[in-house]
Amino acid sequence: MPETVTLVVDGVSVEMPAGSMVAAAILKTGVHAFRRSVSGEPRGPLCGMGICFECRVTIDGEQHCRSCQTVCRSGMDVRTDG
Amino acid sequence: MGDAHHVCDVLVVGAGPAGLAAAWRAAQSRLRVTVVDDNPAAGGQIWRGGPPEAQVWLERIRGVDVEVVSGARVFGQRAPRMLVAETATGVCELNYASVVLATGARERFLPFPGWTLPNVMGAGGLQALVKTGLPIEGKRIVVAGSGPLLLAVAAYLRGHGADVLLIAEQASSVQLARFAVGLFSKRSQAFDLKRQLRNVPYRSGCWIVAAHGSEKLEAVTLVRGGKRWQVACDYLACGFHLVPNVELAELLGCEIERGSVRVDEFQQTTVSNVYSAGETTGIGGLELSLVEGEIAGLAAAGKHEAARELFRVRAKQRKFAELLNRTFALRVELKQLVTPETIVCRCEDVTFARLRAHDSWRGAKLQTRCGMGPCQGRVCGGAVEFLFGWRAESVRPPVLPVRVDSLNIIEGN
Repeated sequence: MPETVTLVVDGVSVEMPAGSMVAAAILKTGVHAFRRSVSGEPRGPLCGMGICFECRVTIDGEQHCRSCQTVCRSGMDVRTDG
Repeated sequence: MGDAHHVCDVLVVGAGPAGLAAAWRAAQSRLRVTVVDDNPAAGGQIWRGGPPEAQVWLERIRGVDVEVVSGARVFGQRAPRMLVAETATGVCELNYASVVLATGARERFLPFPGWTLPNVMGAGGLQALVKTGLPIEGKRIVVAGSGPLLLAVAAYLRGHGADVLLIAEQASSVQLARFAVGLFSKRSQAFDLKRQLRNVPYRSGCWIVAAHGSEKLEAVTLVRGGKRWQVACDYLACGFHLVPNVELAELLGCEIERGSVRVDEFQQTTVSNVYSAGETTGIGGLELSLVEGEIAGLAAAGKHEAARELFRVRAKQRKFAELLNRTFALRVELKQLVTPETIVCRCEDVTFARLRAHDSWRGAKLQTRCGMGPCQGRVCGGAVEFLFGWRAESVRPPVLPVRVDSLNIIEGN
């Protein structure tokens, strides 16, 4: 059995295989709008590889983290802004 | 802030196939080799998650003395022969005698109505998310755009339980037939894909015209032979082939030719001691990336004769690459997908109508902020080039957004 980690996305606990990225965890909880664009449109991940910056969220209080490049850790507190 | 300093003979930027091949070859000459990569693990985009086919190269790297610095994004040059990278905890300096730029490629995204909706992703983008933990069992997915990546992605998604409804390839069946002949040398791969994609409709001359939904994607409209129809789906995986990542090469003063880093027969750029290999020098696929990486690594280590022995393999792979790029050339109809209200620059929400009023990338940038957001034109750049024929004029440090305290260490700040 692969090891898992449990993190919290917008107050909801989610269990992920170790090594998963935060973006995958957010989508797994059913949240699709990660943030709002400058004109208020809902946005979610596009490139999945760290270049588009559409998947930015707040992780443990730090804003503008690219969730597709951040590995899930147990106890992580993730807040979307969608 | 934890700062680190690495000194090496050969620095390789990028731990994808080209970078790993370069590092392995350079390390065989007992040089001090450092590989720096922005992802948490080596393998690049194509080998994300360490698939079986990557193991032989990952083993080779483990078998030689190579220092791999993961999770570090190179963002600028501090001094001659010194690059700087940002890590989770600070900044690291990378001092080198020679450098191999193997920065890979990204997907080309083209704007169409609805492309900014959540769950409209790149083809490689969705695959990357699944590789990093996104469950997609039973999800309805349309795969669309252009290039061989679509097939690989569709097979991968299906293998993970997704309901792949359709693969829409914009290239015509005539173009694809020529490519199929070229694929002959890779027929076992082609056969595997065909088996994995049994019963999934593959439509050539077919493309996305719009994505629908309010808070997230609900359906897409496709067109083929003048006929339009709608398909309800959970995800759209959509990419129009690839664009080389040349920003770092430009920053180091390397000449760029038709969107790729210009190199000589030894993979050396127009700047001495700066080499480049893989998709950065032109889109050509895995095998070409590997052999270019090997040549660059050998040349950087001064082993020119050994490098020369690989030229024949490279020539063969380049022929395949040319065929690939001809086959998946984008059709002009794709320029007509945007409406005046369609957003082209997603970072700054700049619409097509606002861009259309300008006659150069520079003018558009100054007046609309197109390409000036966090992605720095990496997403809209490929689209703007296709729609208007404009190319970004210059790259300025940092090549990626970084923390303010990281910025302070770049030369001149």
